[in-house]
Amino acid sequence: MSRADALVSADWAEQNLNTPGLVFVEVDEDTAAYDTNHVPGAVKLDWKTDLQDPVRRDFVNKEQFEALLSAKGISNDDTVVLYGGNNNWFAAYAYWYFTLYGHEAVKLIDGGRKKWELDGKPLSSDAVTRDKTNYVAKDQDSSIRAFRDETIAAIGTKNLVDVRSPDEFSGKLLAPAHLPQEQSQRPGHIPTAINIPWAKAANEDGTFKSDEELLALYKNAGLDESKETIAYCRIGERSSHTWFALHELLGLGNVKNYDGSWTEYGSLVGVPIEVSA
Amino acid sequence: MCGSPSQTPTLPASVDLQKETVIYGVVTLNDEPVPSAYVRLLDSNGDFTGEVVTSATGDFRFFAAEGTWTLSVLHKDGTVRAEVTATGPGLVEVPLALQ
Repeated sequence: MSRADALVSADWAEQNLNTPGLVFVEVDEDTAAYDTNHVPGAVKLDWKTDLQDPVRRDFVNKEQFEALLSAKGISNDDTVVLYGGNNNWFAAYAYWYFTLYGHEAVKLIDGGRKKWELDGKPLSSDAVTRDKTNYVAKDQDSSIRAFRDETIAAIGTKNLVDVRSPDEFSGKLLAPAHLPQEQSQRPGHIPTAINIPWAKAANEDGTFKSDEELLALYKNAGLDESKETIAYCRIGERSSHTWFALHELLGLGNVKNYDGSWTEYGSLVGVPIEVSA
Repeated sequence: MCGSPSQTPTLPASVDLQKETVIYGVVTLNDEPVPSAYVRLLDSNGDFTGEVVTSATGDFRFFAAEGTWTLSVLHKDGTVRAEVTATGPGLVEVPLALQ
C-alpha cells in the first residue's frame, strides 16, 4: 500500500464526483453535519450506530456489515471514497474497518470535510438514495487488529504508539475535554509506549504531512521500523488515523490498531500502568 | 478602540466557573459572525489541544486551564491567530476577526 493508492486529494475527489464505480461516504461521530450538507452524492455512516454492535462492545459482525453496506448501496466492486469531520478521525477509522472486512478498493480524501470546506468546494443538502446491493464481506483480517492480550505481550518488545494528547498520556486527563466521557478506570499509559499525538501527523487544514515529514516524526520519537507496531488511543479512532499514516502512507508492515485502546486497557485488573509528571 | 458589547457564552448548567477556565468568543468577518469556521486551540508548545467548528452565530468555546494558549482559525474567507493568557478560572473572551 502506498500514498497514491490510499489517499486522494479534494481536487481529485471533486473531479470524480460523477465517475461510475465510486461511492463517496461521509463518516462522522455526529451525523448532524452530513444532514446539513455533504459532498454531492455521498451517503453517510454513523461511527457508533452503524459500525458498533448495539449491545456488546465490539464491531458489527460480518453479517451485520454485509447488511449495512447492502442497504447503503455499496457493492464489492465499488471504490469507496471516505471523508469526514474531526480531521478525518472517523473516516480513517472506517477506512481501517473496510480494510478489516476485506473491501478491495478504499480511499480517503486528504483533509476530509475540513479541507473540502476550506477550498470552497460544493456541498449539497439533497437526500441521497442508492439502489440496494448484495454485499459480501470477508472474514476479519486479524493482521491489522490488536486485542488486549497481544498488546500486553507487546510491552517492551514491539513499538507501542500512544497517539493521545500529552496530558492524556501523562495521566492528567482521561479524555479530551470537549468530548463525551467514555472513560477508563485509571489514567496513564502502557509502559514502554511512546507518545506521538495524532495531530503531529497532520497539517492544520487536516491533510496528512508528507512521507518525509511522517518518517522523520516517527523515527525521531523512537519508533523502530524493524519491529512490529501497535497503535492505540482512547477508543480507537485517533489511532486509526495513525495506523493509516504508518501502514497505508508509509507502507510499514505489521502495524495493528488496538481498538480497545485506553478505555479497555485502563480498566483491566492487574496490568501495568505508567503515569508521568 | 470601539469594542463590541461583552457577550456571555451559553454554558451547560453543570459548568462551574469557579473551577473551569472557559475561552470563548465569536469569529467575525467585517463585523458579521462567521459560522463553520475551524477554531483550533494550541498549548504553549504550539501543540494541538482541541478544535471546534463555530456555530451558526459564529460562537466557539473551549474548556481550557490556566496558561498561555494560541487560537488559530481557518475559514475559506480568511484566517486569524491570537494568543491568550488565562490567569485562572472564569471566562476569557477572545474576539477573532478574520483577515
